[in-house]
Amino acid sequence: MSGVLTIMGYGFREAVRRKVFAVVVLLTAAFLVLFGLATHYVFSRLETITPPAGFHVDTRTYAGAFLLGLAMFATLFLGVVLAVFLTLGVVSGDAERGLLQPLVVRPVGRATLLLSRFLGAAVVCVVYVLAVYGIAVAIIDVAGNWTPPSPLGPGIELAGGVVIVIALSILGSVFLSSTANGIAIFMLFGAGLTAGLLGTIGHALNSTAIEHASRDAAWALPFEALYQDGLRLISSDASGLTGFLLQLGPFGGAYVHGWGIRVWAAGYLCLALALAVLCFQRRDL
Amino acid sequence: MPYPRHVPPALAVYALEKRYGSVHALKGVDLSVEEGELVGLLGPNGAGKSTLVKIAVGLVRATRGRAEVTGATAGSRAARREIGYLAELFRFPGWYTADEVLRLHQRLADSDGGAAERARLLELVALDDARNRRVDGMSKGMQQRLGIAQALVGLPRVLVLDEPTSALDPAGRRVVRVLLEEMRDRGVSVLLNSHLLSEIELVCDRVAILRAGEVVSAGSPAALSRPRGIELETDQGIHTIEGATRDDAPRLVAEAVAAGRRVYGVRVLTSTLEDTYLEAVGDEIS
Repeated sequence: MSGVLTIMGYGFREAVRRKVFAVVVLLTAAFLVLFGLATHYVFSRLETITPPAGFHVDTRTYAGAFLLGLAMFATLFLGVVLAVFLTLGVVSGDAERGLLQPLVVRPVGRATLLLSRFLGAAVVCVVYVLAVYGIAVAIIDVAGNWTPPSPLGPGIELAGGVVIVIALSILGSVFLSSTANGIAIFMLFGAGLTAGLLGTIGHALNSTAIEHASRDAAWALPFEALYQDGLRLISSDASGLTGFLLQLGPFGGAYVHGWGIRVWAAGYLCLALALAVLCFQRRDL
Repeated sequence: MPYPRHVPPALAVYALEKRYGSVHALKGVDLSVEEGELVGLLGPNGAGKSTLVKIAVGLVRATRGRAEVTGATAGSRAARREIGYLAELFRFPGWYTADEVLRLHQRLADSDGGAAERARLLELVALDDARNRRVDGMSKGMQQRLGIAQALVGLPRVLVLDEPTSALDPAGRRVVRVLLEEMRDRGVSVLLNSHLLSEIELVCDRVAILRAGEVVSAGSPAALSRPRGIELETDQGIHTIEGATRDDAPRLVAEAVAAGRRVYGVRVLTSTLEDTYLEAVGDEIS
């Protein structure tokens, strides 16, 4: 346990010294200020959201869910940026710089070393994602007097998505240099988001083939599925035209959702970590 | 009467082979370092020295053969507990002080030596004045000495040093030489990989010379050196009698005196480790 905490502290201190946190806090503050302003303006002009004549839309729910969906996207993006920069060089990067070898030969061992780096990054990112998501929920509540039906669930799923990205980044760092790993993880993240948008387009076009492709991609990249499931949760009480419009928007639609994908995501995380440990233990340094 | 207990060597490799794709880095190397012994590893670049060292500390996996540290498989937890290692290319986080680097490694090595151990190690490598200096404010030589101190955390029974003096000035090398001799006196076994023949010759009990992944010569520096003759300085100048050995010296002096020569000096000539090394590795550039 002492070895785990030591390695976690080592990674944390490295991030502080490299000013990773300073940059992230600054960017997050800028995002939250802009988001607060946008939310204020949207809710102060709620009456300007006018549905087609004869249709009823719950504009407060529509605006609240839409804005929170936007905040969730930004939180996921910032969380992934933080996750990638904390972990992209955990193995190859540190080995190339000569930082890893003195640690690996110690009794603490490779598996503990890798899992401790994962835990350190996961703790930081989960706290970060939950904090940013919580602030966004609070901003919408204060400005628009609207909260999602289950406020905690989407935050936890977002954090879970970021934790999966951390595991993938650590797995990638066993094989790839820091730069290549960073590029690979951001491209995977982009692929996941694109697959989610594809699902929304498929839904709007009523194309089962496109929806099917999106669903397969979400299972292959479950961080995207967790994000989608979180989006579904924030609008789960919206019905009628309000629900339909939210489903059509970029922050609607969850074509893979429920406990099936959550369990798969947990299993996927364990598989990615087990593979990372196995490959790291066999890797020459 | 009890049978004598078999004590495994501090470090041993048996028929060790390593392939990196088509490159055969080690071709069945056998080598051992006994308790309290200081063994030097020599060879040109690409001879397989660093690969051997990395297999011994568990950084690289052998293709065939085995490596053991005090009887435990190299790389296992039991082996890692016994070993202290300084890598050829290493770096400590620049924002750590010397004291913090050692504290980090104390925690990872489960050492309970505390501040006293850290102070003693820094003193051993002549860094006691730099205890609170950050790594990025240290010279390369200071960092290398800190690396040696780090390797000694937790009083390892086996010390593996890969080019520990490459960045050191003569005074720094002397500090390391004295330290290695002290370690040997304490029963610590040392495998020293270095290009500096003079260092190896001065401190090592045994030397192994590697070439193209094979041990081509091994033995004590004295055993590896061969007689080259006797040099006699008389009133007629300096004469070298090739092939003569130390045992021939009294006779040669007596013959010279009997012949009316005045003898001013006599010197037994032996080949240096450098001569042996160059013979062993041929014309390969190190």
